[in-house]
Amino acid sequence: MMKNKTKRACDTCTHFNADGLKKLGVKTNDFDFVVALAGNPNTGKSTVFNALTGLRQHTGNWPGKTVARAEGAFEYNKQKYKLVDLPGTYSLLSTSEDEEVARDFILFGKPSVTVITVDASRLERNLNLVLQILEITNVAVLCLNLMDEAERNNITIDTRTLAKDLGIPVVPTSARFQKGIPELIQTISELANGKIKCKPHKIKNIPQNIEKSVQELSRKIEDEYPNISNSRWIAFRLLEGDAQIIEALRTGKIADNE
Amino acid sequence: MNKKNIENIIALSEEMRWQIGDDFHDNLAESIYADASKIVEDVVTKDYQKSKFRLDAKIDKIVTSRIWGFPIMLFILGMILWLTIIGANYPSSMLATLLLDNIHPVLKMVGANIGFPWWLNGFLFDGVYLSVAWVIAVMLPPMAIFFPLFTLLEDFGYLPRVAFNMDSLLKKSGAHGKQALTMSMGFGCNAAGVVATRIIDSPRERLIAIITNNFSLCNGRWPTQILLATIFIGAVVPESYSSFASLSAVIGIAVLGIFFMFFFSWALSQTVLKGEVSTFNLELPPYRPPLFWKTIYTSLIDRTLIVLWRAIVFAAPAGAVIWLISNVYIGNESIASWTVHSLDGFGFLLGLNGVILLAYIVAIPANEIVIPTILMLTVMVTGIQGGEGNGVMFELSSVTATAEILKAGGWSLLTAVNVMLFSLLHNPCSTTIYTIYKETNSVKWTLVASILPVIAGFIITFLVAQIWRILI
Repeated sequence: MMKNKTKRACDTCTHFNADGLKKLGVKTNDFDFVVALAGNPNTGKSTVFNALTGLRQHTGNWPGKTVARAEGAFEYNKQKYKLVDLPGTYSLLSTSEDEEVARDFILFGKPSVTVITVDASRLERNLNLVLQILEITNVAVLCLNLMDEAERNNITIDTRTLAKDLGIPVVPTSARFQKGIPELIQTISELANGKIKCKPHKIKNIPQNIEKSVQELSRKIEDEYPNISNSRWIAFRLLEGDAQIIEALRTGKIADNE
Repeated sequence: MNKKNIENIIALSEEMRWQIGDDFHDNLAESIYADASKIVEDVVTKDYQKSKFRLDAKIDKIVTSRIWGFPIMLFILGMILWLTIIGANYPSSMLATLLLDNIHPVLKMVGANIGFPWWLNGFLFDGVYLSVAWVIAVMLPPMAIFFPLFTLLEDFGYLPRVAFNMDSLLKKSGAHGKQALTMSMGFGCNAAGVVATRIIDSPRERLIAIITNNFSLCNGRWPTQILLATIFIGAVVPESYSSFASLSAVIGIAVLGIFFMFFFSWALSQTVLKGEVSTFNLELPPYRPPLFWKTIYTSLIDRTLIVLWRAIVFAAPAGAVIWLISNVYIGNESIASWTVHSLDGFGFLLGLNGVILLAYIVAIPANEIVIPTILMLTVMVTGIQGGEGNGVMFELSSVTATAEILKAGGWSLLTAVNVMLFSLLHNPCSTTIYTIYKETNSVKWTLVASILPVIAGFIITFLVAQIWRILI
């Protein structure tokens, strides 16, 4: 649909198979993988979404513009990916409507891969959400967006160390200028096909007494649901008294499609 | 899985929650922040030497300052309007010449040649075609200028600053600070503004934002304001000031709309929608140079054409209705002229007339056809020469000719002022009403949102008319 006339270095290198990419727009039926797009407000999620799907979802420089879940699709190396653009949130801990939409999708929608978009020039604040998402899912990639702005603000980021610390791949991008998108697609496909294995960071620095309770609960949850991957996070929610999660645990919805 | 074991886990967690106490949430949040700052410490380096001067902060200091914040907002609004008014003139008249003067007669001739009966010919080409053509000629150019300008501003990052400036005023009115954003969207299109209220979490504040969105003068109403201000307001001052006077009048109406938005937000939050104002975080994002051509392209495709299409879809049946009520006779009078005469008395009380009220009823589907409907009905009722016959919607080549028809219809400065006021304060168009219903899922609130502005309009125009007649 959108064929670049001049091929850039990335498009021609053997690592990224440009000819294998098709932007499918809204044609989201019969897909092989579901990809969730999460992140803080105003980090360029919709721009990344547009760059991946070839759609023109409305973008604008103000937080809270994506109000509902938008869906699109692309095809890469003969595999179809459905992409879901979640509303931007700062956290998944408290419960406003948009945080619930985002959390429910990552938890119950069981995306094959979660792309976490962050603002490179405000990494520390953005990591709050990243660390919470990594408690829920094991398959994620960090899209370090707005690299151009970080550069302008004289910020340099050691992406290798960041990837090591977080335990997930990190792809620097400037989605507005289509930079880094091929690498992001390649990483998504490798994650979806299990070629990259993540070992996500789990929250440390938790007071002794809480950590003990969490471990005990988490072990008991795993006894009941052996295939569950985020028992630790469920333990957190139980201690918080999250009625929705308690219900999901009762009905078994929490472990569906595992 | 074993149901009993699950219940045991839940019971255990409850017991533990008691032991841990209230600190759990805070402890967890603190742990996350500690981890985040540890990671960043190892990974991010910032060259503070080079980044002493922060342009963003400098700009913010000015555009969100107590003294300059509001004047700058008004100035930017004025500039956008001025560019829209000046820029839309030429393409508008070119489109009018093409669609109305050239294509319309050809269509009628073709219709006659292939043997259409007069009523079918009139219904199709004088009714449906002309109203669609008018909407395109009048609406497309201003929208094609207004929307891209607005989108550029949005891309640049100015909107959150507007919200920041207006936050304290909105809070005092009992509304949510983000209402400033949905209000701004309403300046383009109220239906879009209503959908945008989804960014407001609290149902109470969201309802306030939905009900008051109609007080943002929308795209379909700007042309009416501009035309009337040019004809009547511009004419009372010396020639050299006339464009300034009409621009000020239009901005005055827009500001008055913002005032009503505050007033009704306050009134609603004091009465039926009582409650606490919720707090929220609003990040002031960095300014970003907009991608100029891309923004122009997408706003043309995504906003302009969609809104235009909607207008056409609604204008076509309205044109048909106008033609029908003007050409169907009961006794000696057409339905239109009968309605006009019976509405005249009530119209007079409001400083308006029967023609204007009927035009607003006919034009519920699309605000942009109010002026052509008024012109057409005026010609029919007064019997003056100038139009193309009964129920034929037309556009006049010059503003002067429009002025003459309106004056022949008994218009005074008061009529013009009150039509401008009524255009601000009347029911939302049918698309917006439908959108409100879909967003609120409530007949009651849809009715409130539709009727409240009309009542306000009746009261305001009535008061203005009475005071005017006493004083002048």
